[in-house]
Amino acid sequence: MNIESGKTVIPTTFWNKIYNNNTKSIASKTIYILVLLFVTALFILPFLWLISASLKIRSEVFNFEWIPDPVAWINYAKVWEAVPLLTWAKNSVLVGFLAAIAVVVSCSLVAFGFSYFRFPGRDFLFGLVLGTMMLPGAVTLIPVYMVWDKLGQINSLTPLWAQNLFGSAFYIFLMRQFFLSLPRELFEAARVDGASYLQMWYKIALPLTQTAMIVVFIFEFKASWAELQKSLIYLQNNMLFTLPRGLKAILDRFGQGGEMQWEIVLAASVIVTIPMVILFFMGQRYFMEGISTTGRKG
Amino acid sequence: MSVLQNEIRPKKRISNLQKKETLAALGFISPWIIGFIVFTFGPMIASLYLSLTEYDILRPPLYVGLDNYAQLLKDPKIAKSLYNSFFYAILHVPLATIVALAMAVVLNNVPRRAAGFFRTAFYLPSITPSVAIGTLWLWLLNPRIGLINRGLEFIGINGPNWIADPNWVKPGIVLMSLWSVGGTIIIYLAALREVPKELYEASRIDGASNWKQFTKITLPMISGSIFFTLIVNTIGSLQIFSEVYTMYFGQMNASTGTDSALFFVIYLFRQAFEFLNMGYASAMAWVLFVIVMVLTVIQMAFSKRWVYYEGE
Repeated sequence: MNIESGKTVIPTTFWNKIYNNNTKSIASKTIYILVLLFVTALFILPFLWLISASLKIRSEVFNFEWIPDPVAWINYAKVWEAVPLLTWAKNSVLVGFLAAIAVVVSCSLVAFGFSYFRFPGRDFLFGLVLGTMMLPGAVTLIPVYMVWDKLGQINSLTPLWAQNLFGSAFYIFLMRQFFLSLPRELFEAARVDGASYLQMWYKIALPLTQTAMIVVFIFEFKASWAELQKSLIYLQNNMLFTLPRGLKAILDRFGQGGEMQWEIVLAASVIVTIPMVILFFMGQRYFMEGISTTGRKG
Repeated sequence: MSVLQNEIRPKKRISNLQKKETLAALGFISPWIIGFIVFTFGPMIASLYLSLTEYDILRPPLYVGLDNYAQLLKDPKIAKSLYNSFFYAILHVPLATIVALAMAVVLNNVPRRAAGFFRTAFYLPSITPSVAIGTLWLWLLNPRIGLINRGLEFIGINGPNWIADPNWVKPGIVLMSLWSVGGTIIIYLAALREVPKELYEASRIDGASNWKQFTKITLPMISGSIFFTLIVNTIGSLQIFSEVYTMYFGQMNASTGTDSALFFVIYLFRQAFEFLNMGYASAMAWVLFVIVMVLTVIQMAFSKRWVYYEGE
């Protein structure tokens, strides 16, 4: 469970490792570092290029200079003028928060139900939870659309988040992993003190699984922020668009086949991405913890 | 885990407690049960029924038997989109696994503080919203002005037309997908750090080479994680949608690369929500479901041969 437990596994130092192993010469050490830096550059350069191009004036967007000259901050103002950016951002933040909070609460409840209690059919039901992860979303896409249609929620933000009120298999699995690591004595003690099951959940289980809840919140917020398919299906009104849906509209209008004002498209891409970069740097530890837990067997 | 299971209770109270606990447990998991019925199981049945109908939302579904499935066999775009999806999956899954594994091994040899920097660098693409990825890569892959062909030019290679040449559209998309392997890298990195160091020391005394250590110790010890990512990546790659839809579909539809980027789920989406052939799209969805199930079962069956679980 504990990620830090792997500490001793890490080779003493970078240099030692490289020096003492079969790579003995300074030359091969250098090659190793160069390869590492080269690969890193491959991953980073597209971002730098995106930011650089988003700050170029239109006639220079296509050139290959890394430093824009002149720096066209106006591109960002152009995005602001061309589309209801603030409304889209508000929609995205609203949907992201609701989706994340709904999924944290519901999955925590469900995961607690699956980890603390023993009841007939538990393993079968939990197997079913895991099984739904393999179900392609396309299978339920149309009937779920019909459900929201019946409820009068087409062209509304509700379908983008409200399903999260009913849990989500992957996060149930993730939170159950965390709950299972809590010692059972804690709960037994509370029960002797007369706590109800619900109290055991929110007074004991929740405070001890804050990390898990933050992990789930961040993951779902990020997923919701990037979501395109649902917003294509459910949102027709321009003012209801989320940022990804809006960016797609911008690309269609100003990009390929459109007005060829790429500087606007690129500036908009940066705007949509930056909040995620900030989220990542704020919650880096939780991202890593979440992903690492994912890859581990239950 | 065992703490929760190995508890002994007085026999007599079990039935009462059991009842109470079962009720409470059902209460806790009831959100999922309701959701499962309303948003998963019910829709599955509905979708199976719809696949036997002609349905355009406006009028009630008209039962047509297996017509949709017969139509699938005749539709050249079904064959094309299935081919495209498999082409992508067959390139993406092994390449993503190898690339991620190589990078994880390299990162594992970097001291912890520096590793944080590289890890961030490799993970940044994975936090980029898929629409932004699609937009950015439409540019990177542009044959004239894109960074990739300029880079190739720099080393003397005349790069292909990644976004219009039917032979190169899918490799371009695979390239884009490899840029986002950050999540897989981190899963492998976490697994690598849990391999007991003693194993390497013991084998070194026995004179094992680095490569031998990698194939005989590292790979078996992290095979559980590799298996997990293989399953997830296979299922995911057959359902790729957002990035590719962003690049080649939507209102403009001007790009010439369209047909070679028509993946199965994209075609399904268009049939359902652009042409309103909901019955036909439902039949497509069930074909996809069966394919995913079969592939997963095959992978699980083969896993017994090569996946090592501790404690077995």
